[in-house]
Amino acid sequence: MRIEVAGQNAFIVYFAEQTSAAVSAQIQAAVNNILASMADSIVDLVPSYASLLVIFDLDRSDHFAVKQQLRGALANLDSLDAASGELVSLPVYYSRESGPDLEIIAENGNLSVDQVIEIHQQQEYRVYAIGFAPGFAYLGEVDERIAAPRLATPRQKVPRGAVAIADRQTAVYPAVSPGGWNLIGLCPTRMFDPAREPSMPVKVGDRIRFEAIGREKFLKLGGEL
Amino acid sequence: MSGLLVQQPGLLSLLQDRGRYGAHNLGLTTGGPLDFTAFDWANRLLGNDANATCLEIGFGGLSLEAEIDTSCVITGAETPCRLNGDTLSQWQTFDLAAGDKLEIGFASKGTRCYLAVSGGFDIEPSFGSSSTVVREKIGGLHGDKLQAGDRLPCSAAKIDRHWQLGEPDRPEYGDFANLRVVLGYQQAAFKPTQQWRFFNTEYRLTDRCDRMGFRLEGETVHSDMVGMLSEGICHGAIQIPADGQPIVLMNDRQTIGGYPKIGSVIPLDTARLAQLSPGAVVSFEQIGIEQAHNIHCLQQARFARTQPDPC
Repeated sequence: MRIEVAGQNAFIVYFAEQTSAAVSAQIQAAVNNILASMADSIVDLVPSYASLLVIFDLDRSDHFAVKQQLRGALANLDSLDAASGELVSLPVYYSRESGPDLEIIAENGNLSVDQVIEIHQQQEYRVYAIGFAPGFAYLGEVDERIAAPRLATPRQKVPRGAVAIADRQTAVYPAVSPGGWNLIGLCPTRMFDPAREPSMPVKVGDRIRFEAIGREKFLKLGGEL
Repeated sequence: MSGLLVQQPGLLSLLQDRGRYGAHNLGLTTGGPLDFTAFDWANRLLGNDANATCLEIGFGGLSLEAEIDTSCVITGAETPCRLNGDTLSQWQTFDLAAGDKLEIGFASKGTRCYLAVSGGFDIEPSFGSSSTVVREKIGGLHGDKLQAGDRLPCSAAKIDRHWQLGEPDRPEYGDFANLRVVLGYQQAAFKPTQQWRFFNTEYRLTDRCDRMGFRLEGETVHSDMVGMLSEGICHGAIQIPADGQPIVLMNDRQTIGGYPKIGSVIPLDTARLAQLSPGAVVSFEQIGIEQAHNIHCLQQARFARTQPDPC
């Protein structure tokens, strides 16, 4: 583990060179420790794949005090509790209609479209990071057989709720936006709703399971085509 | 609620408080005033709370009509301002009466000016802040820049006495800034020759400068990083993508990203950078963390001790 300067009022802690569920769990444990022991001086925390950005309030503390407290908070990481974040189930309407890139992924993997859908559902994903846009959760890691590189030309408009794959990551687009990920379905659950508390159904460290639903159920749950 | 009616919205007029903090866990960025020094003076001159909501007027072109009697001040970029057609001084509080027309022209030096009203604009906070981030559709009146016909809600609240910031204490806006940098992040992946080049050449602002980031052009700088995991990005971080041209990440940056970073510009200097226009020149100066803290503390002390003059 390395603690590096990020800026005048920020540190970045590197936990490993590569990510894994264990590394992610360790980061989550660090977040919990920091929030428990340093809440007064912390402004924001940004956990990601193998790092944690710690932004502090320069009017309440300083580089040296925060670094010392950080060392303390990082010394005893009990990652066991954090390893089992909440399990959240997200319904997905997988189809050629809602997932225009299903066939390409099937073709590239020598699979049928049904197999792609089955493989995407058969495992639990971990929320590694939230960023890019409000509510955009990076989930990993998808089975290698359905991993797919980003589109050479990103789409101008990806619909809200689009379930997508890029390399070995998967995600649900929280809002209409441009995007270069491969679209395989639509999820009717709002990933970010500023009017609701909590505004996101998931947080970093949670586990996600996708469950196929039909067209009718998708529409009944508020999905739009 | 009545307030100020927007007749012409200007190019990029955004309601901002000091910024949105504690919401990075949802992927929400900070927002807030690009030039916090001019923003802070606007609130201070009116005796407002330091976090009161002001209007950041990007490049100018705004006209408003008052529906109430209040007091205001305009700080920041040098901009021709008129009240009912008469020339108005900046950095100086003034009264606005119902029916008055306030016109803020186009900035001649600097790019962002700040309009504050007594008591601040009354904006319902989203995630703890009124700051508008257009990319996220969050904050302000409708998560967007001002539109003609918008009403900026504020209470009738005149101040008893008027104040101005003395000319020697006002910032000067020009076409050059020296940006002080704390080394950090992947700095070790930039060889000494690359770092030397970065800190010893001048960069020019491109026309791709916005509230997310300022793209610069000049001598290319390269790191030894091959592929990296996305990680949290702090304010002022200097990202250097494969083309070797630095990008200084500003208030509306994405909270995570996967490009190598050499360090971060201190906030006092991002505020100066934000007032520059495309074609302006910047240089980078490496400072230590102790020096960065000293600069921050001196700035705080200077702000606290500088007294405005009654007028």
